[in-house]
Amino acid sequence: MAEELLAEEERVVFTKEMKENYTILVPMMLPIHFQLMQTLFAIEGYKMEIIDTRDRRVVDKGLKYTHNDICYPAQLTIGQLMDALESGKYDKHKVALMLMQTGGGCRASNYVRLLRKALKKADLAYIPVVSLNYTGMEKDPGFDLNLSFTFKLIKAIVYGDLLMCLRNQLLPYEAEEGSVNNLVDKWCREISEQFKAGKGLKKKEILANMENICRDFAQVKTAGEEKIKVGIVGEIYVKFAPLGNNNLEDFLHKEDAEVVVPGLLDFLLYTIDTHQEDRKLYGHSKAKAMIFSFLVNKFSALQNEMIAAIKRHPPLRAPSNFAHTKALAKDYIHYGVKMGEGWLLTAEMLELLDSGVNNIVCTQPFGCLPNHICGRGMVRKIKEGYPEANIVAIDYDSSATKVNQENRLKLMLSTGRKLADAQ
Amino acid sequence: MYRIGLDIGSTTIKAVVLDEKDNIIYKSYQRHRAMIKEKTQELLSEMEASIPENEPASLVITGSAGMGMAERIGVGFVQEVIATQIAVESYPETIDAVIELGGEDAKVLFLTGGVEVRMNGSCAGGTGAFIDQMAVLLDVDLEQLNELAKKAKRIYPIASRCGVFAKTDIQPLLNQGAAKEDIALSIYHAVVNQTIGGLAQGRDFVGRIMFLGGPLSFMDALQKSFVDVLNLSPDQAVFPENAQYYVAYGAALYANREKPVNLASLAEKIKSSNQELAEGNYLEPLFANQEEYDEFCARHAKAMVKTADLVSYDKPVTIGIDSGSTTVKVAVVGEEGELLYSVYKDNNGKAVEIVKEALEEIYKLNPQVQIKASASTGYGEELVKNAFRLDYGLVETMAHLTAAQKFMPDVEFLLDIGGQDIKCFKIKNGAIDSIFLNEACSSGCGSFISTFATSMGHEVEEFAKLGLFAPHPVDLGSRCTVFMNSSVKQAQKEGVTIDNISAGLSVSVVKNALYKVIRANSKDDLGKKIVVQGGTLLNDAILRAFEKEVEVEVVRPVIAGLMGAYGAALFAKELPIEKSQILTAEELKTFAPTVTSRICQYCGNHCQLSVNSFGDGRELISGNRCERPLNNGLLINKTTFNAYQYKLGLIGKTKAKKDAKRGHIAIPMGLNMYENWHFWHAFWTALDFEVIRSPFGNRELYLHGQHTVPSDTICYPAKLMHGHIEYLLDKGEKRIFYPCLPYNFDEHISDNHYNCPVVAYYPEVLSANMKALKEVDFSYEYFGLHNRKYFTKSMEHYLKEKYSITAKKEVAKAIEAAYQAQDNYRQGLFKYGEEALKYAKENNLPVIVLAGRPYHVDPEINHGIDKLIADFGAVVISEDCLPLENEKKRRGVLNQWTYHARLYNAADYVCTHDNIYLVQLVSFGCGLDAVTTDEVRDILERNHQLYTQIKIDEINNLGAVKIRLRSLFAAIERKK
Repeated sequence: MAEELLAEEERVVFTKEMKENYTILVPMMLPIHFQLMQTLFAIEGYKMEIIDTRDRRVVDKGLKYTHNDICYPAQLTIGQLMDALESGKYDKHKVALMLMQTGGGCRASNYVRLLRKALKKADLAYIPVVSLNYTGMEKDPGFDLNLSFTFKLIKAIVYGDLLMCLRNQLLPYEAEEGSVNNLVDKWCREISEQFKAGKGLKKKEILANMENICRDFAQVKTAGEEKIKVGIVGEIYVKFAPLGNNNLEDFLHKEDAEVVVPGLLDFLLYTIDTHQEDRKLYGHSKAKAMIFSFLVNKFSALQNEMIAAIKRHPPLRAPSNFAHTKALAKDYIHYGVKMGEGWLLTAEMLELLDSGVNNIVCTQPFGCLPNHICGRGMVRKIKEGYPEANIVAIDYDSSATKVNQENRLKLMLSTGRKLADAQ
Repeated sequence: MYRIGLDIGSTTIKAVVLDEKDNIIYKSYQRHRAMIKEKTQELLSEMEASIPENEPASLVITGSAGMGMAERIGVGFVQEVIATQIAVESYPETIDAVIELGGEDAKVLFLTGGVEVRMNGSCAGGTGAFIDQMAVLLDVDLEQLNELAKKAKRIYPIASRCGVFAKTDIQPLLNQGAAKEDIALSIYHAVVNQTIGGLAQGRDFVGRIMFLGGPLSFMDALQKSFVDVLNLSPDQAVFPENAQYYVAYGAALYANREKPVNLASLAEKIKSSNQELAEGNYLEPLFANQEEYDEFCARHAKAMVKTADLVSYDKPVTIGIDSGSTTVKVAVVGEEGELLYSVYKDNNGKAVEIVKEALEEIYKLNPQVQIKASASTGYGEELVKNAFRLDYGLVETMAHLTAAQKFMPDVEFLLDIGGQDIKCFKIKNGAIDSIFLNEACSSGCGSFISTFATSMGHEVEEFAKLGLFAPHPVDLGSRCTVFMNSSVKQAQKEGVTIDNISAGLSVSVVKNALYKVIRANSKDDLGKKIVVQGGTLLNDAILRAFEKEVEVEVVRPVIAGLMGAYGAALFAKELPIEKSQILTAEELKTFAPTVTSRICQYCGNHCQLSVNSFGDGRELISGNRCERPLNNGLLINKTTFNAYQYKLGLIGKTKAKKDAKRGHIAIPMGLNMYENWHFWHAFWTALDFEVIRSPFGNRELYLHGQHTVPSDTICYPAKLMHGHIEYLLDKGEKRIFYPCLPYNFDEHISDNHYNCPVVAYYPEVLSANMKALKEVDFSYEYFGLHNRKYFTKSMEHYLKEKYSITAKKEVAKAIEAAYQAQDNYRQGLFKYGEEALKYAKENNLPVIVLAGRPYHVDPEINHGIDKLIADFGAVVISEDCLPLENEKKRRGVLNQWTYHARLYNAADYVCTHDNIYLVQLVSFGCGLDAVTTDEVRDILERNHQLYTQIKIDEINNLGAVKIRLRSLFAAIERKK
């Protein structure tokens, strides 16, 4: 009897036919990046829709369909998707869902399975879930992440990082309200149009675009004194997604701070880079490590071009490149720490400090295990190297309250201003 | 210019007016009871009066609840820690650190040697609110609490992380009759430990330390506790005058830079300011109008119980006594189940006296009463049963089920929200099918509401009534009640009125029960036949909230608060007894219970025993972890098979090599070392090292290391590691070996074979946060034991670099010994499991797979739950004793952690074998268990097996665990 009852959990495969007439729903994380990536997916023939609902319903659905103690990002993204399905906007038989899956030793690797569990609870188990992953954990015939397409996505991400970086450093100073966001929108549209016309992806075109973007932003009229800079690091989702961090960026802007957010490419490079460490420490496949090493170099080159373009347009400030960021962490945490954001989280804090951003918000979902290690766990050591570091760790979850979070943020800001005055 | 500092905290409002020369000309400290607007207006006019006419004055607001106010009326705001800092800087002497306790905030400021500021995170444990709650629990006011603490003789360990945990520690102490004096001081010590453990985060308190905030200025016994624990000289501890006003004082000093304001017009502004109500954060009213409420009341009045008069009743009766965590209930029931007499009272820590009074009254009302049988239930079951010589003690769940079936024979779901617990169970075919009890983190629901009501200056009934017609109940979320504190704070900040807060709290309690405890996914999960009970559900607002949430009209017996006692009495009716042995009226006269405490000397645990003597030679010993104090020191070994003890024994048996050529190597005995001990022991011994290990965990060890724990929400097993390291350092060990192991052995039953991030990388955290490790050789290299060939290679390299061991043969031998030892260990476990199962079968004993992770073997982590289960007469094995499946099963979750794969493997085994049940141990704060518990539950429930989960943390009280286990065994009984 037991054999029967222990039946395998079959998953619904996303077929080639589905690609033709299904809409893939994706929860929002980074507005600029996702918009560009969406265009690329559309060109490949995927109908993709980014779900960006932000009301309380999302949290309630998340709580309803996932374990109450699961990470907040899982609750939110699954909540958003379930909410979208129940909204009546989509034909449930013509829709698929997509989530990213890194495959590391952190529970985030389980989001895809948890989403399937949620679907099952809602009697929607027939809806396919596509895993966006590069570890070969799950493959769907209708979803082809070949190398050439991946390269395109990476390019979109670099564009996204560039626009985000420039937006953040100019927004607090714009003389004319709206000018910076308008410029971001303009370039998002422009690049999307280029993509559609088969342009904007060759090296020459990218370089030209980078140059033009930087020139445009360098010309934004600014006013006002320099503001206190606050860096945001942390678990990838709550770091980036406004839904996850209670609109942290907006709050900091309102508090008259300049926000510095390390880009998305570094995270991708980090996940690829860990394979080399795996080889060194545990003797994992050499071939794999070599391919990944090649990719790190290739993508880093693109990042270096971006940095060079920014640097050609002072006073625009460029972030550090991946190699430099990585090197900073050397004396702080072992590169073998590869679950969740791993050593990169520590490295990003160090990179911010290294470039003079002393105030840092380390965001984390309540109960995030890797963060105990490489976020909170490293703060003390970081302070030994950078006594001026002013780091506040903020927990996010469905019942954490804004007033507590904002109180701690205000403390960080006051302390930061005081330290800046003292210098 | 005159300057005003206004400090609006979560529970109090403080104001200070300074004249031109910084003299304090006005000060005020009051509880605001959530009426921030009104209080502020009042204060403003008082302050205005204190300032000479036409003198300009500026004003700055500070405090967590003041943020919104400052914004709305357009005055300056300064974060309270900054205000504190400014105030402290004005103190004539140099202050090195400040410890400030507020209503719900605790702060530590390090001022010299690198300024650092720490605030408690999302938890309000160890703060003023916590002390308030504890005072309410002891039924004393704060002043009395302070006086009590001064007379204390001993300190009990009380978890301080949050009020709820502490309650679960204190309640049993109270019920066991521990002295209030001792508990009072223990509470203060808990606060001190929380402050140090949560906020020091690796920094030492050196130099002169100033203590600030309300609690620290009013309670000198608390001051003394801090001085004692931190070991401060009189010169080092600074308790300034006006400590409770310090923050307001700092804000006033900060107001130097502000422009003068017109106080009268500010008061006007406050009056007219209407907080912007955020959309979507408000719920539907509980009742739209009086008619709806009347209809509701009429409907519930129908769930009657037959009554009769005890005075004239001449047939046999039974007595049920439910000695709950906060209340005592007594019911006398007649032959037909009619209720003859009842008592429902707050126990105030005096359960025995209340029961005594009740029995006296019963004998007085009807001196001829024929008591057929009597039974007790609830937290104080054992004490009451022994004190009054009742005939039977039954687990609460059974009592409640018995009572519920009287009202609704085909009941499918029973929900009981009591003072401290939520208990619910599904009933299938008249038997308990699955039980849900609240976890440590969300318990205290009922008492939370009453504490909350009290802190806002209301009686609990009146407080709940306030919410009945509230137009916009505030949405306070559905997590653990402690977190609700901050949600309420947020609501207060937004100016939400008390009726809407009250209604919101009612909804939260319900949501908490539904989504946190029961984990219902849809309303249909509970079925249609629902009985609710428990004192908390006597509250109409909460009951209404529940009905609205599940969309079912439920039955609440009119005696909802009495059901435990009523059920116990009904249960007693079925006992095969003719005449109860309960104390007679005569015996009651000489009944004089006293409590003494002593420390058990029979073993190294040194349990603190409470001895209740009843004046007639009988006594009850509690607080013991084994039966030795009950049997004059003899250890009667009931345990047949207990894999937990077996594993501990195996580790205990390994011997360190004496006079080893290469000296000592020390290993902290925690986390994955419980799995890999034999591996590393064999390895280093073969290399001629003397392998030293820290002891198995204990509470002192934890306290010893807690000041270096950087993350207060990490699991207890991880926190303990700090103590292990401290231990080894104290022993003078110079070489500590604790490698990072992201990968575990691959047992070929999972998709990958990781360790969890904490197990994998905790040495990194230790290295980064324990300064003393820099003085020794702390080796935390990365290895992969799953790949022997590569491990050999990395080890050769490591040993050569580190110890100049170059002989490959020697290394190879050590590695062979290590893998052999590991293999022997695993095979030994399998064999043990096999024997245990065989023994159980032959003797027809139930087998409990106490499933967790290898480090749950640590007695400080499992708190002796394994022995408790063994005491119930079951055979205890662990998940790693069961044979591994010979194929990778596809799971509902990504199966990529070795330890978890064993859990799923064990769940499958349980499903395919008879008389074997799984109990899962879950560490509080373990993020991965959100994944594993659901999957294990799924596997079991799909196969109609019982699933029992026990959450463990630093709390050492097994009360709730006992209920759960007894209910499990009762369910197993019924299943047969």
